[in-house]
Amino acid sequence: MDTPAGQTALFEARDVSKLFGTFAANDKVSLVVQRGEKHALLGENGAGKSTLVKMMYGVMQPTSGQFFWRSQQVTIPKPAAAREMGIGMVFQHFSVFDALNVAENIALALPPQSMRGLSDSIAEVSEAYGLAIDPERAVHTLSVGEKQRVEIIRCLLQSPQLLIMDEPTSVLTPQETQILFSTLNKLAEDGCAILYISHKLEEVKTLCDTATILRHGKLVAHCDPGKSSAREMAELMVGDNIANLARNGATQPGDARLEITDLTLPADGDFGTALDRISLKVHAGEIVGIAGIAGEGQPELMDALTGERLAGTPATIRMDGAPLGRAGPTDRRAAGAAFVPEERNGHAAISDLTLSENVILAHHTAEGVAGGGWIDFGKAADWTRRIREAFDVRAGDENPAAGSLSGGNLQKFVVGREILRKPGVLIVSQPTWGVDAGAAAVIRQALIDLAWDGAAVLVISQDLEEVFAICDRIAVIYHGTLSSAKPAAEMTAETVGLLMAGGTLAEDAA
Amino acid sequence: MILLEPREQPSRLLAVLSPVVAIALMLFAGAIMLAAMGQPPLQALYVYFFQPVHELWFYLVRPEERAMWIYTPSEVLVKAIPLALIGAGLTICFRANVWNIGAAGQYTLGAIFGGAAALYGPEGSPWLTLPLYLAAGAFGGLLWAAIPALLRTRFNANEILVSLMLTYVATLLLDWLVRGPWKSPTSFGFPVSADFTDSYLLPVLVQGTRLHLGLILAIVIAVALALMMARTLRGFRVRVIGAAPRAGAFAGFSQSGTIWFVLLLSGGLAGLAGAIEVSATIGKLQPEISASYGFTAIIVAFLGRLNPAGALLGALILAISYIGGENAQILLKLPKNVTGIFQGMLLFFLLACDTLIRYRIRWTSASAGAA
Amino acid sequence: MEPFLISMMIAATPFLFAGMGELVAERSGVLNLGVEGMMLMGAVAAFAVSWSTGNSTLAILTGAFAGGLMALIFCVIALSLLANQAATGLALTIFGVGASGLIGQNFVGEALEPLQKLTIPVMSDSTMLGRVLFAHDGMVYLALVMAAAVAWFLSLSRAGLELRAVGDSHTSAHALGLPVIRIRYAATIFGGAMAGLGGAYLSLAYTPLWGENMTNGRGWIALALEVFATWRPWRLVAGAYLFATVTQLQFYGQNWGWPIPAQFLAMAPYLATVVALVIISRDIGLTKANAPACIGQPFRAER
Repeated sequence: MDTPAGQTALFEARDVSKLFGTFAANDKVSLVVQRGEKHALLGENGAGKSTLVKMMYGVMQPTSGQFFWRSQQVTIPKPAAAREMGIGMVFQHFSVFDALNVAENIALALPPQSMRGLSDSIAEVSEAYGLAIDPERAVHTLSVGEKQRVEIIRCLLQSPQLLIMDEPTSVLTPQETQILFSTLNKLAEDGCAILYISHKLEEVKTLCDTATILRHGKLVAHCDPGKSSAREMAELMVGDNIANLARNGATQPGDARLEITDLTLPADGDFGTALDRISLKVHAGEIVGIAGIAGEGQPELMDALTGERLAGTPATIRMDGAPLGRAGPTDRRAAGAAFVPEERNGHAAISDLTLSENVILAHHTAEGVAGGGWIDFGKAADWTRRIREAFDVRAGDENPAAGSLSGGNLQKFVVGREILRKPGVLIVSQPTWGVDAGAAAVIRQALIDLAWDGAAVLVISQDLEEVFAICDRIAVIYHGTLSSAKPAAEMTAETVGLLMAGGTLAEDAA
Repeated sequence: MILLEPREQPSRLLAVLSPVVAIALMLFAGAIMLAAMGQPPLQALYVYFFQPVHELWFYLVRPEERAMWIYTPSEVLVKAIPLALIGAGLTICFRANVWNIGAAGQYTLGAIFGGAAALYGPEGSPWLTLPLYLAAGAFGGLLWAAIPALLRTRFNANEILVSLMLTYVATLLLDWLVRGPWKSPTSFGFPVSADFTDSYLLPVLVQGTRLHLGLILAIVIAVALALMMARTLRGFRVRVIGAAPRAGAFAGFSQSGTIWFVLLLSGGLAGLAGAIEVSATIGKLQPEISASYGFTAIIVAFLGRLNPAGALLGALILAISYIGGENAQILLKLPKNVTGIFQGMLLFFLLACDTLIRYRIRWTSASAGAA
Repeated sequence: MEPFLISMMIAATPFLFAGMGELVAERSGVLNLGVEGMMLMGAVAAFAVSWSTGNSTLAILTGAFAGGLMALIFCVIALSLLANQAATGLALTIFGVGASGLIGQNFVGEALEPLQKLTIPVMSDSTMLGRVLFAHDGMVYLALVMAAAVAWFLSLSRAGLELRAVGDSHTSAHALGLPVIRIRYAATIFGGAMAGLGGAYLSLAYTPLWGENMTNGRGWIALALEVFATWRPWRLVAGAYLFATVTQLQFYGQNWGWPIPAQFLAMAPYLATVVALVIISRDIGLTKANAPACIGQPFRAER
């Protein structure tokens, strides 16, 4: 790594490896971060980015390799040690405690001190960096963006010299992302280095000075995001030439196969979101996307659509004309619907069960795999074989436990299980979350092909890139309400971002 | 320091081996405990566990001496019957992640309802009275289990605590009945009910022993339940609800329906066991009717790997420990509590060994990383 | 009425000890169903020591030690070896019943001097209030002091904050570097020691006798107390007194001429527990908002 003459690097990782059994999450990775530098760590899902930074923060220990802090070799046995050195970390899945308030959450990351002094410090930092927050609020009442602010303030109170951010914008609206970037820029100006993990190339190009790219646990390249194109960086991340999704020309959408009319449901307990008069039509041959940041009602909407929660009246949800609003999942499947919920572990599939048993989960009645009460294991095995072939699901045995599959393979299986039924209506939530690019491409192409064959496909996704890539029309869910679905061609990331943050488009405002 | 590394797939080998290792550990720990109590450990272990098996062996290989060796094996089976019935029901319940800890109370209610039929029911041919008796027993247990089922599904009340509290209530109810309304006029002050008439007594299968019809019921029911779990959609539902209720909802399975089903099933079986045991071994009602089988059956269920057919084997092993315990009381003057300690230890070791099914154990030096 | 109130204060003490102990364990995310077994071991250990040495302080400490030791077994199996916590707790109870029965068999029917009562001159004798509140043995007051200490610990101390964090989200706690397993060990062993104290009180003061299974379900009721109190210390104190009142009904109901058979009066505490559970649990929002989010879930650190 070329460092300007006379300046020692702030932090260096040299030939760091981490093995889980025989699996190398990191394989001799080297990384150098300079003072005040905004350094991107790029790679697709599963490339080893999170593993590397967890080791930098002392949550895990490397199997081999060394860390250097200001040219001194160091070991980082636990997070307190990292914090003492000057490393702070904002986790992707926030390490916040819902039952405690903001001040208590922050106090836990700091050495014991008086709570009163702490409230003052919180106010100071929050002002200095534009991160408004009330220390007395219970964290479970905060929005996702606010929870992230708690994490950031928590780090800043320790005056870090290196701040690691793991996929920070996956839960923010475009506008909130701007606020975050100005905070990060100010930090860098003040001398704090930022290690910014992301797979969002446009953001990295805007924000970062330099980038290190990982693929399959190995270091593959360094580059300057300012000079490389997004496409070049993507190719370095993924390796192969990126398959372009084959979209056939726009067709005239057919009849409405899924009709949601004024779907209203109360919130399920303190932590849920109420649904308020959601209306939407999805026609044969089209893919409609529902964008939105996490926690705006997507799981509640999904539960209402699968039948896990019943709507107020049967006519609220129609599939191919049949009023199924108060029908359970089995009846909806019998009517030709198929579903892929957000959580593949514990909801769409059960990790302790084998693949063929997971087939029974969805197909027991609708596909006759257990019609009449007795399970037809032969049929289940047959389905498993077909799904694995059609979707290239890789796994150890012929019929392994679902939990032994990688995220991408399990997701392909779960999606394939539904698509091979040739449903008339397919509703899928977060189709490619946590999935490697290859599997993601397979899944997205399968959705496109299904729609082409005449099905109505509804995709709920927090990934804006994905929504724009495959959807014909886009709607946005916010606080349990749905904006009207507009053709994708007429929308931009900015307008969608506005809706995601609760604004209204000019033409919708009364 | 112990480090646990998850296996990619649960180890099938260890799922079978784990109970064997657990039993071995129990014997080892038991030997130490007996030695500490001043007993010669190997002899004591022999009396507890191996003598009953030894006598069974003699029964099988020495046909001329059958009459001499039949007693212990038949007694083992007699003890195993209620354990197997309750245990098989509990395996289904636990598979659904419903923790019916109150089987002892359901057992007691089964005895009470059966007793009501025996004491006040019609006289007649056993073909009539026995099914009536057994149905009454099953119904009693089922009714008592319906309470935790209702309270859990309607009010979200924890079934462990509710079913347990009802156990105490059931014991008190039985106590009141045999000292009060059902007290036998000819009992000379002892708190017992009148004797059951002959047609309400379970027929004996083997002359000269107490081995009764319940054996056939236990085997048939356990096998039927095993088939249900392995081959039917209903059994699949139970497994799914137990493993991941959300996935069950996704599949269209009703969680509350499953909770009702497993509680009524295990309660009914416990009640059946209570009625059977009272009829076959006591012949009347009294305050102490071995309701603790309801707790031991929990161990039976775990020993049987939460499989109804496995519960038959588990029941056999625990029955051996009971009979061995009785023999040890007589031969070695060992208190009966020692049996309870063996059983508790067995469950501990079983749980510990079960870890090996999902994880590999690695020993590392304490300095590797933070706690 | 006066003897009733006095006995209520005494009867509440085991519930207070065992309930507070389990509260701390549950707030850290551990569900230890072995309270009954730990109480019994505490009871028999304390009785044995008191009977052999006559030293009640030593006996009390031994009771706490016995409970803590049992809890340690639970920790190794459920926390380090990741066994199912419900099953492990049950095993602890089954083992505790058997082991205490064995140890206690020589003591069945033996009587002890009950614990000495502490009195304050004048106040303790002269008024009914004085006699009800100020003439008890040391452990009655110790239980209340412990309750206050636990309440303070949980809401105002740093260690208590860490413990609550661990019970709320053990993954977040681990990511921040809190020693999750160590905190849970400490909380669970404390819970065991307290259960042991509760049991010791039963065999040393409540009825200075040993009998097999003498806790008679109090350990289970203590578990219900956590739910009833929605895991808040002061509500648990209220619950303990409430249940103590109900348990005493079976003795005083007859004295007061209630025409109910003794067995039905004896059912009162158990039925009351069921009713209390239903009343609190039916408000799902209430339980979800207050129950430690991680309760009963095993935790394994990624390394």
